[in-house]
Amino acid sequence: MTTSQALMPKTGIRYWPGRFVRGIGRFLKLMSRNKTGFVGFLLFIGFVLMTTVGTLIVPKATSADITAIYEPPSKTHLLGTDSQGKDILAQIVHGGRDILQMALLTGIISTFIGVALGSLSALIGGGFDAFLTMLADIWLTIPRFPLLAVLATLIKLDNMLLLALLLSVLSWAGLYRSIRAQVFSLKERDYIEAAVALDLGMWHIIFSEVLPNMLSYIAISFTFGMTSAIYAQVGLVFLGLVPLTRNWGVMINLAWTQGAIFFKDSVYFIMAPVTAIALFQLSIVWMSRSLEEIFNPRLRTG
Amino acid sequence: MNSAAISTQVVPQKKPLWRWVKRITSNYVIRMLARAIFTIWFVTSLIFFLVRLMPSNPIEVYINELMVQYSIPYAEARDQAASLFAIDLDAPLYQQYFDYMVQLAHGNLGDSLRSPGTSVWQIIVAFLPWTLFSVGLGLLISFILGMLIGMLLAYKRQALWEPAVSGTASVLSSIPNYIVGIVLLVYLGVYWNLVPIHKMRGSRSPGIQPGFTWVFIADIFFHAALPILTYVLSTIGSWILSMKSSTIGALGEDYVTVARARGLSEGRITTAYVGRNAMLPLITQLLISIGFVVGGSILIESIFVYQGIGYRLLSALTTRDYPLMQGIFLIITISVVLSNLLADFIYGWFDPRVRIAGGN
Repeated sequence: MTTSQALMPKTGIRYWPGRFVRGIGRFLKLMSRNKTGFVGFLLFIGFVLMTTVGTLIVPKATSADITAIYEPPSKTHLLGTDSQGKDILAQIVHGGRDILQMALLTGIISTFIGVALGSLSALIGGGFDAFLTMLADIWLTIPRFPLLAVLATLIKLDNMLLLALLLSVLSWAGLYRSIRAQVFSLKERDYIEAAVALDLGMWHIIFSEVLPNMLSYIAISFTFGMTSAIYAQVGLVFLGLVPLTRNWGVMINLAWTQGAIFFKDSVYFIMAPVTAIALFQLSIVWMSRSLEEIFNPRLRTG
Repeated sequence: MNSAAISTQVVPQKKPLWRWVKRITSNYVIRMLARAIFTIWFVTSLIFFLVRLMPSNPIEVYINELMVQYSIPYAEARDQAASLFAIDLDAPLYQQYFDYMVQLAHGNLGDSLRSPGTSVWQIIVAFLPWTLFSVGLGLLISFILGMLIGMLLAYKRQALWEPAVSGTASVLSSIPNYIVGIVLLVYLGVYWNLVPIHKMRGSRSPGIQPGFTWVFIADIFFHAALPILTYVLSTIGSWILSMKSSTIGALGEDYVTVARARGLSEGRITTAYVGRNAMLPLITQLLISIGFVVGGSILIESIFVYQGIGYRLLSALTTRDYPLMQGIFLIITISVVLSNLLADFIYGWFDPRVRIAGGN
């Protein structure tokens, strides 16, 4: 007992004694254990609602109004208007779906690649493992964003699935490394050795024995895949290398090219999408802390 | 037990040649060097085949462009393109690949398409130093500052201001670097009008003679200030957070307790025992972040119109200047690989355990 108490401050949970909200369910209860994580979770849900339900409520800003260019926030335009007199809030609401879908898609694909290769590599071992490890080491040193930018000029990246696939393939190495290390340490556990001795088959061992024990790592790599996807996608769109429908990245690009660096008035036009992206990234990173605790029982009870 | 006994018997029976090979491959320095060379070769080949085999082959695109623009026959346009790309288009692909590699080995990266007569190499020499300077200095400042702040936070965990600093670090570490750059520029430069951003564009003021004069050095720093500040702000958060957690980990280790019991001074414990061990994982992170930050320079330099290699790469991309694009990408990769190599050696120096064969 005394040793476990001495170890407690390391886990970081005691800093944030969770407030238990009764009657909202076990998930929320667990989520709210980590305050920062809960704030991130609420923000994330807010973004999801905004890009799904919000698009039904807020009408699309289609008509330009030259009489109302660069208006400051008011009752009719909560976030002001842009260089064409279009409502900024409406653009923010409608410009998030693209990014959210892309992020989720990339998160799923890259996590799948990372988990599959990482566990196979650790379980098979030998030459296969050595080869993949070497490849991952090399892959990690390739500057990813410039490569993506170069690829964007060779391939037409107007398809969301293609872009997500490309982003996942480019970012497999980091996830692979952390998953492989985790499976290596799990492999030494008794129940895995028992499953191997019983010859339960590779897929059974991966999906029924190994996977449930590293859900926290998977959750983290999922959120990591999402944030790096947003970084890359918005970056490419900002540079004007990827043609996509009007999203936050395009808004920044437009605000930028139409002179946000010259006019004080356009500060809302550029700061609205900038804040949206920053908050969205922050919400995912913060949410991952709660997810880590939920999927890692040792942290939860500790 | 059994397998261990067998393996100890087997090892001495191996052939001398195999042992000799094994000794070379297990040498830390040689292993790292081989990996670096292999990486550069891999990336070069990847780009070569991508450019040649893509459905919209840039060389074909360029030939078509020449034919349309100057209305010259196909054969002539093809010859021009071939000379510009420094490639014999009639040769089989493997021959072209071999030629390209031989040219590269001689340091010949070809000529720029959009500014004829200028070799890719000349452009790189003119633009690369600025990126290395700003990214290197930015990373160095943020790494050192981040480590110091992180250690301080670990020591002063009970302080009232600790959550505020940790919170700021966590926010900074999750925001993309170009967002930081845009916010800096919009607020410092436009909204509050604190810095003259229009004068700060470019990598140096026109008319200033390069040399070891105060005027020149001050001018360089004046122009690089905002990019460096962006690199520092966007990377410092993660240094602070990782240094804090690894210092807390190191403080709980037995060797720190032993060092205290031996009556060593607190300063020596902090630097030689806690600090040295706590920064080990950060060096690996630095290794990965070098590539990330150099890659991000394409965005940051475009925001501040800082004329480094990232800025030039973007203009090469938008004007479809393929030889230049290929060359710059190769150079970025080489500089990232070399800095990773350096980081590997530094890591080996700090942590003798990784120098020993096997590495794991």
